[in-house]
Amino acid sequence: MHIDPLEKKWAQISLGICALFVGIIMLDALFHSVNAPSNVETINSATLHLSEEFAEDNLGVEVDDDGNIIVRMVAGRYSFFPKKITVPADTKITFRWVSIDVVHGVHIPMTNMSTMIIPGFVAEVESSFPKPGDYPVLCNEYCGLGHDHMWSKIDVLEKDKWRALQTSSKGVAK
Amino acid sequence: MTDIAERRLALSHMYVAFIAFILACFMGEYQVLERSGFISALDSPTVYFASVSTHGVLMAYVLTTFFIMGFGYYTATTSLKVPVWNKPLAWGGFGLALLGTVLAAIPLLLGLASVMYTFYPPAQAHYLFYLGATLLIVGSWVWCGIMIVMFLQWKKDNPGEAVPLAMFATTMNALLWLWTSAGVALESLFLIVPWSLGWTDTIDPGLARTLFAWTLHPIVYFWLIPAYIAFYVFVPKQAGAFLFSDEAARAAFIVLVVFSLPIGFHHLYMDPQQAAGWKMLHGIGTFVVALPTFLTGFTVIASLEIAGRLRGGKGLFGWIGSLPWTNTMVLAVILSLLMLIFGGFGGLINASYAMNAMIHNTAWVPGHFHLIFAGTTVIMYFAIAYYLWPILTQKPLYSNNLALVQLWTWFLGMSIMTTPWHVLGLLGQPRRISSVVYNNLLTLSWEPYELLMIFGGLVLLGSACLFIYQLFKTQFSNTSAVFTGEVEYAEPIHAVGTLPEYLNDIKIWNKVIGVLMLISFGIPILQFFFLDTYDSSAWGF
Repeated sequence: MHIDPLEKKWAQISLGICALFVGIIMLDALFHSVNAPSNVETINSATLHLSEEFAEDNLGVEVDDDGNIIVRMVAGRYSFFPKKITVPADTKITFRWVSIDVVHGVHIPMTNMSTMIIPGFVAEVESSFPKPGDYPVLCNEYCGLGHDHMWSKIDVLEKDKWRALQTSSKGVAK
Repeated sequence: MTDIAERRLALSHMYVAFIAFILACFMGEYQVLERSGFISALDSPTVYFASVSTHGVLMAYVLTTFFIMGFGYYTATTSLKVPVWNKPLAWGGFGLALLGTVLAAIPLLLGLASVMYTFYPPAQAHYLFYLGATLLIVGSWVWCGIMIVMFLQWKKDNPGEAVPLAMFATTMNALLWLWTSAGVALESLFLIVPWSLGWTDTIDPGLARTLFAWTLHPIVYFWLIPAYIAFYVFVPKQAGAFLFSDEAARAAFIVLVVFSLPIGFHHLYMDPQQAAGWKMLHGIGTFVVALPTFLTGFTVIASLEIAGRLRGGKGLFGWIGSLPWTNTMVLAVILSLLMLIFGGFGGLINASYAMNAMIHNTAWVPGHFHLIFAGTTVIMYFAIAYYLWPILTQKPLYSNNLALVQLWTWFLGMSIMTTPWHVLGLLGQPRRISSVVYNNLLTLSWEPYELLMIFGGLVLLGSACLFIYQLFKTQFSNTSAVFTGEVEYAEPIHAVGTLPEYLNDIKIWNKVIGVLMLISFGIPILQFFFLDTYDSSAWGF
């Protein structure tokens, strides 16, 4: 059996390169909490409308008692509901996605707000949008012949504007 | 030894492979035109999605499986110098796989199976599609069995001798495919087929995706290994020199096969039904499987350098220029390695656990796999076909120059098509859309790239037609010249003496794979039986 010393050296260098990449990824995952969406939370997709959390009235943006922003969205052929939401820039937002029918995927381009939406599971993603603007929300898993048409909008406002809008809309409601 | 029966067997498989290939190439160019929206008469999601589903099945399952089987039979008989074991059985496998292909093609072409080649439930296609796909796989298992029997018989008849590298790699690939296809076979037999026939009402989409992910990664190595076999056993000889290291080649094949299996969750990074820890474990394994590719790059380039220097090349890079660039095998390996470097770089981004979120399911992904499969891998299928066709048909190749033009245009077309495809992904374009109807300014930035892709696709289609034309003209030429060449395998610089058993056997690696699969897939699959999961009913598309 014969392995050239040069080849051995190259194998060690390659191992080093791979270890470096894995090291960076693990550092980010374990110490900066940069993780893929993986909450393993089941839900019955056939009775979402009867569930507390994803009943129609509870969809969209919610600010909980601690001031955390939670966005609940339902994916179904061929849109994301509600069709338009408004969130503040530069703020941590927790998205919770469910599907009422088949497998969907959702991505907000140029951001890391990306997840698969598998029927039977809640997909939870945390993200924040540094730049205000009008972002499309696109389905990125083939879900049927109308897949092209499956999209909605998310409006990212500067924090102050968003807060002002919140208080004024609450006033209207009262 | 006359090998007319083996030649007919190999040729028949390759006919199916390349007919599927050329049909799918026409579909590909139609698709890139349709989705750009530049020709409104073409717009039709119904036709588009039927076409994409068929294109995927033909390229990923039919071209590959039949090519690998045909090439494998001929590699076995020429490297071991024995006839193919049990030829009636081999023909049976061929017939089964062909029947499966036809059965699946009917609903695909009728638009009754527009579920893509990944067919994620609960979207449901016609049951014939699933039955056909299953038969194709079962047919390929016959090939795996024959390869393993021939390998073991040869070892028994030649105790203590090293199994020829080409056969060692082919048998490792057969072992890989048995393990790989088990995931989708389980999905098919226990979930999809009964459900598509109406025997069960509901299906668990999370479990189905998990089982499919088992298959989804190693399957690309099943496709890639014939290209690597050509790198190691044909290229050095064709370049005029020796293989740098036979042992390192075996080690690369072993790591490739063993570690490509327990890492499928990098396709599920964005899925909610698997936990972060499992994804990280599979993520680490994904980087381990980059190792054999680093090693292969080194060994192949070292072999080429030796050839270049033997041919009088001098200096640090001078040997590159003195390589026989007009040899189809040598040209193909150079172009293949170039695409492997860029495609591999993209692959490292896909493999990166959390960074993957930026490009997951965007146009980047088909851009990536076209570059690495249709580029790196398929260009070697071309080179192998050019090499084998004269041997199998016993007629000289119609035109070497035409073959060189074909390889260059394939490389150029693939570069022109996949570079903008990657960019489109970075600009947020989702994959698998038939038109762009999003009312958003972002989509304006996509248009120039779509135009480039159409052009790249045209170059590729022209190149594909040249390839088929060449094979046709070679086989059906009226020339009286008889080609008498035989397959020549590269010799290693240092002759292989006795090998340690782990570099010469598959049994030990079969056990290692079993343990790794149990670790990486055991609990993630079992969880669906102790979690409170909710099944879905069937949905059309």
